[in-house]
Amino acid sequence: MKPLAAVAFSLAAAASPALAAGDAKSGEAIYSRCLACHALAYDRTGPRHCGLFGRRAGSVEGFEYSAAMRKSKIVWNEKTLDRFLANPLQAVPGTAMGYAGVADRKERTDLIAYLKQAGGAPQCTK
Amino acid sequence: MSFLILGNATNMLAARRAFLGRSGLLLSGAAVALLAGRDALAAKGGKSGADDARILNTALGAELEAIAAYQVGAESGLLQKPVLDLAVTFQGHHKEHADLLAKTVAKLGGKPVSPKAKYSFPVETLKTQADVLRFAATLEKGAVSAYLGAVPVFGNRDLAKAAASILGDEAMHWAVLRNALGEAPVPAAFVS
Repeated sequence: MKPLAAVAFSLAAAASPALAAGDAKSGEAIYSRCLACHALAYDRTGPRHCGLFGRRAGSVEGFEYSAAMRKSKIVWNEKTLDRFLANPLQAVPGTAMGYAGVADRKERTDLIAYLKQAGGAPQCTK
Repeated sequence: MSFLILGNATNMLAARRAFLGRSGLLLSGAAVALLAGRDALAAKGGKSGADDARILNTALGAELEAIAAYQVGAESGLLQKPVLDLAVTFQGHHKEHADLLAKTVAKLGGKPVSPKAKYSFPVETLKTQADVLRFAATLEKGAVSAYLGAVPVFGNRDLAKAAASILGDEAMHWAVLRNALGEAPVPAAFVS
């Protein structure tokens, strides 16, 4: 059975209005906030971001996720990322990402644009 | 990094050492306050306590990685005194943070994470002292943002206060590292 949180998350993500195109350059600056725990090409306190789009949450091999993230059944795309980044602890209660989130929608859109662009960067494709 | 800037940084380092010594006292004050709240923390327990322990454990993981990163920097042979001393001092702060976080996680009934057997660092990009400083500054800036994002989500306000105390220390590290790189030490009125 699908966990209630996952159902709520999926519905909310599906109901989100279409995201405007983000500014990847601005998003790169916002990504600097993530660099205590994340990197593009390798796992740190948080999992790597290369290959993020289309990946099922909690599925990077060898990374130790919270049970909540493993069971979330989220597949990362623009909408699910927008929902999660707005308030990680509300989107996936029990996530190890103890972070209030990126409240500003424009900042989230830019950050997601950067993550998408970075997926094609040499460090992600080699 | 120019010698002019390094010279300037050298002059500032002595004053900063004294200042950082005092900041260590401030952090110790927060640590003492946190430890003094042992019974209250233990009594808190429950979902909120478990959530707080999870947040602290994530912070602990990042602190342990920072300790390892400074070790890589210190052993790289690229850092010269007094920058090397500075790195070792900052690493010592991260050790204090990690120690406090681990004790607090345990007090909340959680299991503190242990250092990883192996960390991945972009060592192939570290060719000069400036490269190491820039890498450290990136981590410290990220740590400031991470603690800033954690402060409002703690159920226990004392833990939020302790996290804010660590945030202040990380922000000072970031500023000093930026200054040593010849960048504006405090680039904006707010951090994010």
